[in-house]
Amino acid sequence: MELTISILLGFMIIGAIFAIHAKDLLSSVIAAGIVGYSLVICFLLLKAPDLAIVQIVVETITLIIMVAVVIDSTREELKVKIDTQQIINISLALIFMLVLVFFFARAIESLNPLGQHTLRMASAYVGDPAAKTGSANLVTGILFDFRGYDTLGEATILFTAAIGVLTILRIKGKK
Amino acid sequence: MSLIVKKVAQLITVFIFLYGIYIIVHGHLTPGGGFAGGAILAGAYILQILAFGRDPLHLKKKETGASISESISILTVLILAVVGLFIGTKVFFNNYLPSGKIGELVSAGTIPLYNILIGIEVAAALLTIFLALIIYKEEIE
Amino acid sequence: MMVYILSFILFLVGLYGIITRRNLIKIVISLSIMEFSIFILLVLIGYIDGGIAPIITDQVINPTYVDPLPQAMVLTAIVIGLATTAMLMAIAIRLYRKYGTFDIREIKNLKG
Repeated sequence: MELTISILLGFMIIGAIFAIHAKDLLSSVIAAGIVGYSLVICFLLLKAPDLAIVQIVVETITLIIMVAVVIDSTREELKVKIDTQQIINISLALIFMLVLVFFFARAIESLNPLGQHTLRMASAYVGDPAAKTGSANLVTGILFDFRGYDTLGEATILFTAAIGVLTILRIKGKK
Repeated sequence: MSLIVKKVAQLITVFIFLYGIYIIVHGHLTPGGGFAGGAILAGAYILQILAFGRDPLHLKKKETGASISESISILTVLILAVVGLFIGTKVFFNNYLPSGKIGELVSAGTIPLYNILIGIEVAAALLTIFLALIIYKEEIE
Repeated sequence: MMVYILSFILFLVGLYGIITRRNLIKIVISLSIMEFSIFILLVLIGYIDGGIAPIITDQVINPTYVDPLPQAMVLTAIVIGLATTAMLMAIAIRLYRKYGTFDIREIKNLKG
């Protein structure tokens, strides 16, 4: 199991690096699709079918929106000249990465190895849930019953994003 | 698009729509739920728009329908949650309906109602975003 | 441990893209790559060997379920990620219509 997911993650890393360095913006968008669809297979292997269904639909809609934006613009990548600004940016990125690697190395010591997780918080949700919610799908039971506030906040954010997109696109800009 | 694409899109949209409704209604029994089903419903509409273009559907500043249904569904979620304050144990998001027998279609109290409402909300929000991108594409120029 | 380190490397690739690229579309893509790495890390933490998907059935006797709590959290995070991506794309369209380029440094120079 660990080997399969490692190979898939390797594919995702290669796809991500290609998406960042591609010359054409359209191939960059499609390489980002590799990452998203590999994530679907990972979710299926990790016994999360709810997430797989959501991710495969959401990834498709994201790709449609991105392609619709990119396809009638200047698609070629800008020429990157190595000037002082670029060097400053790359060294900043390296410093940030070193800091993050240091903290991740500290944090990984407290994680269990893959597959030996012990239920701490969720044990109240899993144990005898039929008496509490009556929902056969435990994830839906958590989303709409124990953690209803999260779902309400998520719906609010989606609402705000739709209103925001309408507002941004509707205003006539000053030419 | 060509005639073949239009015909196939017409035929297949029905099944995608039915599948989305099935995913939403069975959200508390099988994998899926409001989020997945709502995204599938929005996908059915988007397929129709992509196949037929914006002109035959008379899409001119008509994103208001999607926007209104989104607002109404999120308001109903809030009302259902507030009702929980006055019934039973006085908790927001209280599951006050009888939970029934596990594994049946009508069970789990208020969860199927929330599923349906969230499904409508997600579908309407995604459709609003997509229609905004389509409608205002030329008007921005 | 290997999978945790690989998903962290995916996060670093996204961070590198955000800081060094100058194209708006590539910055949005890097942002979504960072999101994906966090999703896979959270779901990996909740996995249990020999566990089944968290759906109650009558066939399995005395089952072990994988942790459903990270799955529920990631489910909302995926939809929020879609909303933010659509919002950023709308902003990118407006900037492109006004300035005719996706280059953020050129946009910064062309004020007003």
